[in-house]
Amino acid sequence: MKICVLVKEVPDAAVEKKLNPSTGRMDRSGERNLNPYDTHAIEAAMQVREGGSIPVEEIVAVTMGPESAVRALHKAVSLGADRSVHLCDEALAGSDVAATGYALAKTLERESPDLVLLGQQSDDGECYTIGAVVAEHLGMPSLTQVIKMDVSGEALRCERQAEYGYDTVEVKLPAVISVGDAINEPRYPSLKAIMGAKKKQLDSLSAGDAQVDPAKVGGENSAAQWIAAKPPPAKAAGEIIEDEDTGETVERIVAWLDERKLI
Amino acid sequence: MPNILVYALHYDGAINKNSLGAVSEGARLAEELGGEAHAIMLGEGVAEDLAASLGRYGAKKVLVAEGPEGLAQPLVDAMAKAIGDGGYGYALFGGGLLGFEIGAGLAARLGAGVAMEVTNVRAEGGKLIAERPILGDSAISEIAYRSPVGIIIGRLNAFEARESGAGSAQVEQLSFELSEHATRATMITRGEQRGADVDIEGADVLVAGGRGLGKPEGFKLCEELAQAFGGNSAVAATRAVVDAGWYPYAAQIGQTGKTVSPKLYLAAGISGAIQHKVGMQSSENIVAINKDANAPIFEFSDLGIVGDLNKILPKLTEAVKAKKAS
Repeated sequence: MKICVLVKEVPDAAVEKKLNPSTGRMDRSGERNLNPYDTHAIEAAMQVREGGSIPVEEIVAVTMGPESAVRALHKAVSLGADRSVHLCDEALAGSDVAATGYALAKTLERESPDLVLLGQQSDDGECYTIGAVVAEHLGMPSLTQVIKMDVSGEALRCERQAEYGYDTVEVKLPAVISVGDAINEPRYPSLKAIMGAKKKQLDSLSAGDAQVDPAKVGGENSAAQWIAAKPPPAKAAGEIIEDEDTGETVERIVAWLDERKLI
Repeated sequence: MPNILVYALHYDGAINKNSLGAVSEGARLAEELGGEAHAIMLGEGVAEDLAASLGRYGAKKVLVAEGPEGLAQPLVDAMAKAIGDGGYGYALFGGGLLGFEIGAGLAARLGAGVAMEVTNVRAEGGKLIAERPILGDSAISEIAYRSPVGIIIGRLNAFEARESGAGSAQVEQLSFELSEHATRATMITRGEQRGADVDIEGADVLVAGGRGLGKPEGFKLCEELAQAFGGNSAVAATRAVVDAGWYPYAAQIGQTGKTVSPKLYLAAGISGAIQHKVGMQSSENIVAINKDANAPIFEFSDLGIVGDLNKILPKLTEAVKAKKAS
C-alpha cells in the first residue's frame, strides 16, 4: 500500500503568534517547525509499515505552503517518509480551510494513496477540519482524532474518543484518518536520517501541475471571508506567584483561598 | 434564503446539550433574518416525540433521516440533500467532534465557507457574521460568507440552550441516498466508558491533573489534595491523560468530556489548551500550577503559580489540612 502523510509547517511553539493587521491572516514569519501533531501521523505510518500485516511500498509526505515549508518536508523525511511533494504557488496564499483541503485533495489524487494520514489539528490554526474536507473531495471515508489504528486486510479498525465515550469504527481503505497525539510516541530521527533527508526526492508542484482550479483557491476566492479582527473582551489579569520558597508560596495560596472562603 | 439548518446530535434517547444550544441560537438568528430554524436528526428509528421536542427550543420543523448513528459522512449526505432541496442559507453546529467533521465535509460538498470554534454570531444586513477567537483567544476574527450557504461550527458551550415557550415542532421524514464512501465506515461499538464511573459534575472543588503530572501515579497528589479539601471535592483530568489511560474517562473535562463550573478549579500540570478551557472556563475561581510560565492556562487563571507541582502539591495538601483543622 501507499501512505500519504499530510504535513504542515507551523510557527514554533515558543514563538508568539500574531495577526498581520492589514490582511487578517496569520503572521507566519519567525521560527518555524513541523506541526507537532503531524509527527504522530508519520509515526503511525511507520508503525503500519513495521507492523508487517500489510506491505507498505511507500510513505510520501505532502504539504502545501510557501517555499520555507520545504524544511517541514525534510523533517518529515527524516522521521521516515521516503519522499515528499510540495504544492507551492502564490495563487494559493490566503486559502481558507475548504480551499486548502481542495488543493491538497488534487495533489493527493496524483499519488492515488491507499491511506492518507494527518495530525488531528495544526498548532497554529487550531482546526480539526482539514481531514474531513480532503476526504470528501477524494470520495473516501474518514475519521478524525483517532488514537488507535489497526490494519487488517482492506480495512482499518480505529478507536477514538467522541462525545459519549470511546467509539470503535471500522473504515475500509482507501481512507483519510487524522490522528490524535495519544496514538503513539514519535521516534527521534537519527543523525544519519537528518543528514540524508535533503537528498531524498522532493517534487515541487505549482497549482497548475496539480490541476488545481485557480478560481477555487487563494484569499480572494475563498468562500469564508475574513472581514475584521478585534481584541477579546478584557479580563482582569490573574495574580501570578513565582515559586521560589515553596513554604511561602503555599502560605500565599492558602491565604488567597481563605479570603474567598474556599477552604 | 433566510432559513437555518441546525444539526442535533442525540444518543440514547436524549439530545446533546450543545445541540439544544445550537437550536436556540439558530432560532434567534433565523428570526433576525426573517426565516425559520429547522433541525435535522439522523439515526436508526429516531423517536418522533424526541424530534418534536426541539420545538421547545425554537425549531419550527425537524427533519428526521434514517441512517447509521455516530458517524459524520451520512449526515453530510442528509444535510446536503436538505440544503439542495432549497431554503437554507446557513448550517449551524454546536460544539463537539461530530459537528466539526460534518461541517467540514459539508463545506467541501457544497463549496461553502466554514468558520469553526465560533463563539458569537450576529445578523447584519440580512447576513450572518461569525466571530471566532484565534491565536489562543488573544484576538477575535470576524468571518463573512461569499458562498450561497455559510457553515458555522460553534465552540463547545458557546450557545446557551433556551426554551422559547413554543410547543412541539413539525416532524418531517427526509429521504436521502448514502454516498458510496459513507457506506465504507461502520460503527463497531459506540460510547464505551473506560475506567471507573466517577462523578465530577456536582463537585464544589475540583483538583484537575494533566500531562505535567509526569506519570499516572502523579494523580495520587491530586487525590490527596482533593481529600484535604474534604466535603464535595473530586479529581478531574485532561483528555491527554485519559487517552493515555492514566485516569477514567468519566473524570475528563473539555471538548469530548464534561463541562464543569465548580467554586474552585485547581489545575495541576495542565497547559490550558482550548479543548480543555471550553469545559472549565466558567469555574468561579481558577488556580493553576504549571512549571511553564508561558502556559496558556495562566491567561485565564485567577491565581497562577509558576513552579514544580511535585514540590507544591504535597505542601499545599498539608497546609489545607492544617487550615481545616484550625
